[in-house]
Amino acid sequence: MAWWSRTGGLQTESKKSVPKGIWAKCERCSTTIYDGDLDTNLRVCKSCGHHFRMPTDGRIEMIIDPGVWQEHDTTLESADPLGFRVDGKRYSDSIKSAAKKVGPGDAYRAGTSAIGGIPVEVGFFVFEFMGGSMGSVVGEKIARQFERALASRRPAIVFSASGGARMQEGVLSLMQMAKTSAARSRLREAHVPYISVLLHPTTGGVAASIAMLGDIIIAEPDALIGFAGPRVIEQTIRQQLPPGFQRSEFLLEHGMVDMVVPRGDLRATLERSLRWFAGAPGESGHAAAGSNGVGTDPAPGANGTGHA
Amino acid sequence: MSTETLDTPIVAATPVVAEPPPPRPEPLSDRMILEFERPVVELERKLDELRALSSETVDFSNEIRRLEQKARKLQKEVFADLTPQQKVQLSRHPGRPYMLDYARLLCEDWFELHGDRSFRDDPAIVGAMARFDEWEVLVLGHQKGRNTKENLHRNFGMARPEGYRKATRLMRMAARFGRPILCFIDTPGAYPGLGAEERGQAEAIAKALQVMASLDVPIISVVIGEGGSGGALALGVADRVLMLEYSIYSVISPEGCASILWRAPSKVPEAAAQLKLTAQDLVGLKVCDEIIPEAPGGAHRDLAVTAAKVRMAIKRHLRELSALPPAELVERRYQKFRAIGAFIDTAT
Ligand SMILES: [Zn+2]
Repeated sequence: MAWWSRTGGLQTESKKSVPKGIWAKCERCSTTIYDGDLDTNLRVCKSCGHHFRMPTDGRIEMIIDPGVWQEHDTTLESADPLGFRVDGKRYSDSIKSAAKKVGPGDAYRAGTSAIGGIPVEVGFFVFEFMGGSMGSVVGEKIARQFERALASRRPAIVFSASGGARMQEGVLSLMQMAKTSAARSRLREAHVPYISVLLHPTTGGVAASIAMLGDIIIAEPDALIGFAGPRVIEQTIRQQLPPGFQRSEFLLEHGMVDMVVPRGDLRATLERSLRWFAGAPGESGHAAAGSNGVGTDPAPGANGTGHA
Repeated sequence: MSTETLDTPIVAATPVVAEPPPPRPEPLSDRMILEFERPVVELERKLDELRALSSETVDFSNEIRRLEQKARKLQKEVFADLTPQQKVQLSRHPGRPYMLDYARLLCEDWFELHGDRSFRDDPAIVGAMARFDEWEVLVLGHQKGRNTKENLHRNFGMARPEGYRKATRLMRMAARFGRPILCFIDTPGAYPGLGAEERGQAEAIAKALQVMASLDVPIISVVIGEGGSGGALALGVADRVLMLEYSIYSVISPEGCASILWRAPSKVPEAAAQLKLTAQDLVGLKVCDEIIPEAPGGAHRDLAVTAAKVRMAIKRHLRELSALPPAELVERRYQKFRAIGAFIDTAT
């Protein structure tokens, strides 16, 4: 089973010039790549290393221990608190069509899982769902994820890929920045680790809240990361932005992220970091099978982790 | 407005102790009058003329009384039926009182503090030790400029990372010494510039949110003008969020929203209405705890009256909050923001 089974992910990457779902063209080096090859290489271009966007299903599968995934809060749906509409098109209808295309659960998926045998509370922004924008559902899911992490003392991990706050929920979406940052604050006080992983793109209200608040922050190569979007900045300062501005490597250079890690090394990097936080050395970088490396034991029955 | 480069020069011109500025002249110049204010202002000018004339031999007192009543009635009518876009205009009114105008009237023993201890001072956010009523407090707020020169200095109230980092530093200090924190929010938003991004605008705002959520002293935020997005929220994770009657608070400006969602600048009033950004809307959304009434015709028509109402509101809330145990404050603040949002759970 392909890992983008639900999202139909490969369609989102295909270009007009190549037949849908068979070939993809690299945005950076223009190489035409057979989509199956792209998948086996974690959707990274073999010629130039360009990281294609990865559908969330595939992302989850790539990161977690196989089969260890108890998803939470899948039944939460966006309400339309403002009755927002643009030229007669209702926000509630945009939500419905996004859910139909991408799946339920709005723009965030969170689950109890394990990485290298270490239980974690991990969550993923779903960029395919309205640009991964953070509205009330996303904020609620992240707050619940952090609260689960706090209660179980499992490390929390967030994979961010978002254009920012969801405008159609007005100030309520802005307040999700406060809500999630407050929940993150509690983890911090309780010394429960939180790892933030920044994917392309992480901007606006998501960058200016949980994404930049990790104990450690890891970015995928060449991801756009920043508060203001490049266009807004160019309009403000009336000059062109230098090449590489607001990209992962730029943030690394300016001290804003801890490391830039290619997709293929991401899982191992997370595993290594988790082990450091847990104070439980692995066997030369590999997880001891079934090891339950985190401080306190998860309450029995409180989660669905365990190797399937 | 390209004042920022990759290497922003360090400006060492900030005074050690900044006193709040002297009172502003009250009359509005012609370009400072909004269209819907004009009929009332014109009546008032006529009144002034009549008063000047009637001082000698002729008695216009009946006519003056009649016009005064007419002006009051007209103002009431206009202001009873303001559109969201008109409230946006009022929140940005060029004559609108700014943070330091309120501070001058509300605070004593004012000592401004400067700098983020790592890069520079940001005059777009002012922080000060001050006395408010019976409390020693920390006062923080965005400060806009009154003219071009001031705006160059204040960057139109748009803070850079060092502004938020100064705020965070001072808030932590206030909490260490048990001092309540008063925040005045008035910003179009965080500054979208090269240097600001380079120095971590997103991180600076995020850190402010996280820190505010954890402080065990009372925090009261008052939106006095524009509550522009994350740059406003960075002073807004408070136990009480109060808003002046004609202030706004929004995830994005109506201009930004119209250009992104409608792709039409002409849709700004429509975006302002859809965003539900007025103080009245925000009470309904449980983001604003209380609306502070402004002087008739808006805060800029009578600063003293408006400031007195701000003082009363802050005093009342501060008294309530001061009675709570510190841990309870943090818990309640958490629950307050935890509860904001609207979603459906289809499982229930
Ligand atoms: Zn390539």
